[in-house]
Amino acid sequence: MSTCSVSKGCFVFKPNSNKRKRSSAADYFSKGNDDLDNSELRLDTCLLLWKQIKYETEQLQEDLNKNLFDNLIRFLRQSHLNFKEKKTEWACRMKSSEIPTAAVVLGVNVTDHELTIKSLSGVLQDDVTPFVVSLKSKECPGIKQLLQKVMIQLMGCDVDVDSSDEEEYPKTSPRRVCCSVASLTNWYRNVTKYDLQKTDTESPCKKRTFSSRHWETPPVIIIFKDMESFTTKVLQDFIIMSSHCIREFPLVLIFGIATSPMVIHKLLPHSVSSSLCIELFQCHSSKEHLTKVIDKLLLTSQFPFKISEKVLQVLINIFLYHDFSVHNFVKGFQLSLLEHFYSHPLSVLCCELQESEKRVKLLSHSQFENIRRLPSFRRFVESQVAEKQAALLTDDECLKETTQTLLKDLCSYHENYFPILRCLHAFTSSLPKYPLGKQIRELYCACLEKRVWERDEYESAIQLVRMLAKDELVAILEKCVEILISSSAKCLRKPLEKLEEYVDLLRNLEEASDDQKKSISSLEELQKKTDLYHLQKTLLEMKESRRTKKLTKFEMLRFEIVEFIDGLVRNYLAPAEMQTLHEVMYFSAANTLREHLNATPRAALHTALNNPYFYLKVGNKSETIGLWPHL
Amino acid sequence: MTSFKYPEYPEAKLLQLESMVPCREAQVSSLLSVFGERQHFSFPALFIYGHTSSGKTYVMQTLLKTLELPHVFVNCAECFTSRLLLEEILRQLQCLSIKEEDPSFVSCDTFNDFIRLFKKATLTPDLQNQTIYVVLDNAEQLRELEGNILPGFLRLQELTERNVTVVLLSEIVWELLRPNTGCLEPLPLYFPDYSIGHLQKILSHDHPPEYSFDFYAAYINILLGVFYPVCRNLKELQHLAALNFSKYCEPVVQGEANERDTRRLWKNIESHLKKAMQTVYLREISSSQWERLQQDNEESGQVKGLSAYAHVELPYYSKFLLIAAYLASYNPTRTDKRFFVKHHGKIRKVNFQKKHEKTSNHLLGPKPFPLDRLLAILYSIVDSRIPPTANIFSQVSEILICLEC
Repeated sequence: MSTCSVSKGCFVFKPNSNKRKRSSAADYFSKGNDDLDNSELRLDTCLLLWKQIKYETEQLQEDLNKNLFDNLIRFLRQSHLNFKEKKTEWACRMKSSEIPTAAVVLGVNVTDHELTIKSLSGVLQDDVTPFVVSLKSKECPGIKQLLQKVMIQLMGCDVDVDSSDEEEYPKTSPRRVCCSVASLTNWYRNVTKYDLQKTDTESPCKKRTFSSRHWETPPVIIIFKDMESFTTKVLQDFIIMSSHCIREFPLVLIFGIATSPMVIHKLLPHSVSSSLCIELFQCHSSKEHLTKVIDKLLLTSQFPFKISEKVLQVLINIFLYHDFSVHNFVKGFQLSLLEHFYSHPLSVLCCELQESEKRVKLLSHSQFENIRRLPSFRRFVESQVAEKQAALLTDDECLKETTQTLLKDLCSYHENYFPILRCLHAFTSSLPKYPLGKQIRELYCACLEKRVWERDEYESAIQLVRMLAKDELVAILEKCVEILISSSAKCLRKPLEKLEEYVDLLRNLEEASDDQKKSISSLEELQKKTDLYHLQKTLLEMKESRRTKKLTKFEMLRFEIVEFIDGLVRNYLAPAEMQTLHEVMYFSAANTLREHLNATPRAALHTALNNPYFYLKVGNKSETIGLWPHL
Repeated sequence: MTSFKYPEYPEAKLLQLESMVPCREAQVSSLLSVFGERQHFSFPALFIYGHTSSGKTYVMQTLLKTLELPHVFVNCAECFTSRLLLEEILRQLQCLSIKEEDPSFVSCDTFNDFIRLFKKATLTPDLQNQTIYVVLDNAEQLRELEGNILPGFLRLQELTERNVTVVLLSEIVWELLRPNTGCLEPLPLYFPDYSIGHLQKILSHDHPPEYSFDFYAAYINILLGVFYPVCRNLKELQHLAALNFSKYCEPVVQGEANERDTRRLWKNIESHLKKAMQTVYLREISSSQWERLQQDNEESGQVKGLSAYAHVELPYYSKFLLIAAYLASYNPTRTDKRFFVKHHGKIRKVNFQKKHEKTSNHLLGPKPFPLDRLLAILYSIVDSRIPPTANIFSQVSEILICLEC
């Protein structure tokens, strides 16, 4: 029997909304467990943390977009420079009037565009012009709808602004105005004329349509969010129409492009694209963006919440293999954050060190039992002496103190971990063939998974580092010094000093010249000899000496440096799973995450049929078993 | 002495007209003959056709404006519904009759209403004793509108009982535009393409005021030498001429050559024009970028054309999905086993395959295939195991949406 009929089934659930009250997130958190598990506190911590993370990501997005937006605004500024001036100049008259068009390549993931375009239109509306229209292909199947949308958005903004002084400016509803480019032009003329009069007669504070930040002749900007999805005909018609009146109507188009700018020429014939003046703008690539996001969210001790290797792998795989969407990555991260605080009672301790120390004091007995049950804690207990073991397992007070120190240890572990990780990355990222990965995220995954120094790749990477040239080594060491200086960890002072010392040593290193001299002299000798026997003898000697050749000073130093770095790595880059109490901060339920983010329909169907309780969550398994049809 | 001999129009106007329509004198004079005197009834409908930028719109506009004939000029490309078209005509007509900038808005839904309103609008004696010209530019757009619009316009004179002539301007021949149901045939008038001599004459006609006619004509000559093989569009050529002229003048401005030093100027400009042909003309880089390049005197290598960004990076599975779809649509099903199964047994040597090999599958175009086949091929071409997750399926649908557009 094929399962396709089942999978295509459609289930109707009548909503009985009057009975069910909407449950808030807080209810979810506290459902089923008493406040013994500090569920409310957990929720608060979670929300606070998410707020910080969100702020951080938004800030990052803003920084990344800044460059692009600045370029765009510069382009807009130039595009209608001579709009107001009379077009009597010869060159102006001769040139065909083109519509300035910015083609913005935004990357293949269309869902991520939304944010960028939203902030773009915000920026434009703030600084450039009140007339910004953004169009989606779905809303504009025909030229009529497109124009309607444009008019509604343009005049809508106008009507809104002028609602206070309506008697002056009769409101024209966009329904009555026929949608044509001519009426747009008329509208624009009226609006600007009206504004000019207004500025002449009234005090500038009442001027609202154009705030002082807006430009004198504000251009009308139309953003085509997803240029590829627009039908060719609509675009063509619109461009042809508006190119006729570009001289009275300072229009600027912005195309949001997902693939490549070539698509413009594919969509539009030459006769149409010749009336566009296209300039290209490239958005940052989403891979770079991801690297920055990981850098900000994960590779820092700023946020106590961490994710385990498997979870990180799931998130990165979804990004690389499926969608290239940074937005989704952050959402996945948010999900793991929520899941962690929801499912793990001890996550209440996942906060700033001082706060968590305070919270330890207030923990209930059952929470202490939870701590005792943690595998990492058990390992820790086993390593202690017998009396201590007994105390830890029976005495809450003793456990309290130990937990505090353990948390402190964990915190300092993180403080040291990331700078050292970055240092190691500085070394491995420039090696040929990248044995430990080109990106720091690959290195991070490798370090999280198991002891990195036990990996073969690490071995080969160290081999390669041993062969680095002097100036490369100096550059990398300087980078490491910078990384360590910017980190605040106290334990890293010493390594920092040591590294600085190495840099100095390398710089001042005079190549031991005696070695070279010797070899040169032997070469000269070689040239003198003509006797075969002697020649053979000297060659043999030279070979021998080369084998047991004394290392140069630089090589010695290089060995020492590599040893030192290796020591650092072994010291500080132990995997998180080895740390006691790591369960408090690390979310490791990769399966749950995968179920939510990257579900397999077939497996889900299987589970649903086998065990309906799993999805419906009504009653328990034994109750529902009789109610279900036998398949 | 003007070549147009029409005593009903003032001599000065005719002279002015002649100077404004170079290389189109024959067409103008035949138009004038068809129009006759102001109060004469003319042909009910004229159909003027010719290639892009052969001066149809320009000649019509200049003629009507210079001789101050009452006219309505509508671009059909801007009016995508019949309502917009009819209302626009009526609006302009009102402007004509009451000589006012902002006439009251009239609503007109059907052609019947249009006739009624048209009659009403042309009641003024000023309009009644002259021919009114209704010019419809881009008349091929009329095909998109309702079926009665075009035949209605062709018989406008008869329907409205007014002295009116409809002029249709179009890039296509009448045979392609003629409605199936039959209609009143308009008088066709062909505007031939400009020859290279015409182009030379027209382009050099409008020279910049600070340089002499001869100097500019020499420039146009060089320009046409480069661009004429690829582009005969007058507008485009004019644009290119204006864009590159400053570069041509450069040696003169800097004092390295005088205006007569043609050879030197030619050397300076020729490679530049060729570069322009590869970039600006194809809209690889925009004209404003080109101007900036000229000013900065940089190599254009620094600004990459649009096609330099053809590379698109896709997520891993999307890439392979596309490859699998390509394979599935161009390979016949029977070869799947041979290509994608590891131990498929021996390949039988079949002779008849040779016969079919001649027609390449690429010439036949892609063929439809079931979704299961696509996924099967995907699983076999990707080395690692792919979990059959919802994301993969959603990607299939997303790619489908992308391809539809």
